[in-house]
Amino acid sequence: MKLTLNIWRQQGPNDTGQIVSYPAKDLSPDMSILEMLDKLNEELIAAGEEPVVFDHDCREGICGSCSMVINGVPHGPQKASTTCQTFLRSFQDGENIYLEPFRATAFPVVRDLMVDRSAFDRIIQAGGYVSANTGGAADGNALPIAQQTAEDAMDAAACIGCGACVAACKNASAMLFTAAKVSHLATLPQGQVERSERARNMVAQMDEEMFGSCTNQGACSAVCPKEISLDWIAKLNREHIRSRVAVST
Amino acid sequence: MSEIRFELDARIPDGPLEEKWDRHRAEMRLVSPKNKRNRRIIVVGTGLAGASAAASLAEQGYQVEAFTFHDSPRRAHSIAAQGGINAAKNYQNDGDSVWRLFHDTIKGGDFRSREANVYRLAQVSTSIIDQCVAQGVPFAREYGGQLANRSFGGAQVSRTFYCRGQTGQQLLLGAYSSLSRQIANGQIRQHTRTEMHDLVVVEGRARGIITRDLVTGEINSHVADAVVLATGGYSNVYYLSTNAKASNVTAAFRAYKRGAAMANPCFTQIHPTCIPASGEHQSKLTLMSESLRNDGRIWVPKNLDESRPAGEIPEDERDYYLERKYPSFGNLAPRDISSRAAKEVCDEGRGVGPTKRGVFLDFSDAIEQFGKETIRKRYGNLFDMYSHITNEDPYQTPMRIYPAPHYTMGGLWVDYNLMSNLPGLFVIGEANFSDHGANRLGASALMQGLADGYFILPYTIGDYIAQTPRDQLSADSVEFKETETETRARLSRLQSGSGKRTPTSFHRELGELMIEACGMSRSEAGLLDALARIPALREEFYQHVSLPGERANLNLALEQAGRVADFLEFAEVMCHDALARDESCGAHFRVEHQTDQGEAERNDEDYCNVSAWEFTGVGSPPALHAEALELETVELAVRNYK
Repeated sequence: MKLTLNIWRQQGPNDTGQIVSYPAKDLSPDMSILEMLDKLNEELIAAGEEPVVFDHDCREGICGSCSMVINGVPHGPQKASTTCQTFLRSFQDGENIYLEPFRATAFPVVRDLMVDRSAFDRIIQAGGYVSANTGGAADGNALPIAQQTAEDAMDAAACIGCGACVAACKNASAMLFTAAKVSHLATLPQGQVERSERARNMVAQMDEEMFGSCTNQGACSAVCPKEISLDWIAKLNREHIRSRVAVST
Repeated sequence: MSEIRFELDARIPDGPLEEKWDRHRAEMRLVSPKNKRNRRIIVVGTGLAGASAAASLAEQGYQVEAFTFHDSPRRAHSIAAQGGINAAKNYQNDGDSVWRLFHDTIKGGDFRSREANVYRLAQVSTSIIDQCVAQGVPFAREYGGQLANRSFGGAQVSRTFYCRGQTGQQLLLGAYSSLSRQIANGQIRQHTRTEMHDLVVVEGRARGIITRDLVTGEINSHVADAVVLATGGYSNVYYLSTNAKASNVTAAFRAYKRGAAMANPCFTQIHPTCIPASGEHQSKLTLMSESLRNDGRIWVPKNLDESRPAGEIPEDERDYYLERKYPSFGNLAPRDISSRAAKEVCDEGRGVGPTKRGVFLDFSDAIEQFGKETIRKRYGNLFDMYSHITNEDPYQTPMRIYPAPHYTMGGLWVDYNLMSNLPGLFVIGEANFSDHGANRLGASALMQGLADGYFILPYTIGDYIAQTPRDQLSADSVEFKETETETRARLSRLQSGSGKRTPTSFHRELGELMIEACGMSRSEAGLLDALARIPALREEFYQHVSLPGERANLNLALEQAGRVADFLEFAEVMCHDALARDESCGAHFRVEHQTDQGEAERNDEDYCNVSAWEFTGVGSPPALHAEALELETVELAVRNYK
């Protein structure tokens, strides 16, 4: 099949950037979007031109590296999918495809389709952990956890940190990402000791990183490759309020 | 290279197997808290092994510098591990024990690993689960709140802990959260999008690394008291593998070129159940859990050039070759055996699918017997993944699978302390060679990565640091300056090509050559042929590789080319190793050494050893040093799965 690729090219964070069109032919519907870009890059490199820069790694939908907006939707048209798991069969022969970076003040463009998502790491550093030094942990079965509780925690913990939620949000809010981590740990007994501090500090860091506010419209959850539920945002709000009224813990 | 370095002393402590680790821990020297603050440790790689080691060392009080070429430590490929992590907890009361996990691992590795290391691995396995639970890893639970287990290949007990099909992700996020906490505390300085380009050796000790900032192209020196490599495996030498795209051998290989021994590089595991390549454009292969073989039946058409769809091929024209050859294990024959059998039928021309490199994995009998709903409950997520990628419905038509390079048992040689023959260089996780022998069992990679990082290295590295005095070595020293200069020269050489071919085209060509000559089966003739062709390909690479863009900037082609250049040299070491190991064992199958039934034939007389290779110059054959394996408690036996 044939496609016209309209790709955002930007030399660096301070460059203005622009869309550049590339005709792509001899494509197979079984190719992923990234394999199509591999092919384009091979052609560009062979012609002595600089390849299109994009983040990717595992290509199994779990590492959270791939990050682009395809025809206006983070990770493209397929529901519950990452860019690496989006195949050309989702598009029509001859179609125009627009590929752009995740756009948010907190995610500056590094180059082309690659953005800097280190703000997410700093939110985790602000409290997305249980302070348990290596060694001296009690036997795993000494702390019984109801099956449903573990399942709920796992639902939230499944977040891959890709940032599609931010890219989809008109306010570039990081609420779904932050909510997933806060909720994962607040749901489990291990997370109780630092529960209040964690919610407060992670939300404060999120604001400091210049992510926008949440208006509960759910664009984040709609594009989330792991279908992290909007309910966790409600839980984050609750956790945050709780952290301000709770006397202890 | 002095001869002394290659006196490979495994430093296995004395005493009975069960007491070695405890005794050793009691005897190791300690570094006082005050002194730890003044000692710096470099950790390269932030996967399970690297992140857990960096966090644990920082908690102890060391200054830690953690390096990753990813944008975040959480992206490391440990994240893709699906099935689970083994531990000898015996929660199921089914007779598991440290001894049994140890024995299963030694046997699974076809008796080519060190008893003392593997026993210690089984011993610390239980602490890993406790540590991960304490961090908030959401392991699956039973209704009563107890930890749940599943069964895995190569074991008769149920000892695998899991978080749905995302165990690697959850364990990595646990280690990453501990790492993040230490970054916030200022104990760890992290360097993201930074690639290690060389190891700096000063007076015979590993004292630092040279890195390239992948965004700015800047070359930098980093000085430390010890260097830890946790840089993963090298399956991408085959180009197509289940590894992530950026996984590479560069850090380990450059340490090898500085004098570290490379051990058993030819021990590479080819996983039998992966989704076949769909065409030339294929960039990587996706693994599907081996558990599918519990209910799926594997077959190919009996006729060459069969063109009918699977459903129209009558029963008597199908060859259920695993059931035919291995009646008692059938479709559950071990990984290496299943993989080879699939290759054989495809080589005969009976493969299926568009590329004819595939076999059917058919669930129609199971669906008939148990109903579609039961099968959906058991494998729903895997069926969804398959249909998502292939656009075929496995409930209607049989899946197509083909083996893919997956895990590499070989790696840098380390002693009992996980230190290489180069003092001060420690190697952990998949990057070392130590625990899996010639074949790794399922759910053991996560166990080893975390055992090394949480519970072994943090002790043993202290013993080393306690014995080395603190000094004022700086990055201005002549050794660092020289190594930096060599790094720049290497990059210049890469950029001097004529610009006719892309780095990936060379990588793909090398991969095809390697999977043929040094993949599922190896022969003397094939290996000699590969050894003749690889130098020519390398020559062609340096002459004609195309690298547009500047060096002092983000440059994808340059990154790829650096990694491909190392694979082009490393592939030769692999072939030398496969050639020198004139026996079949585990995943290493030499066609000259098989039984009448086509089974691997070990030669314990001559090859019950570790082959450790010494670098002697590019293009010159590496020197072989063998470390004899003293199997004192386990009896050598033939693996029989008939």
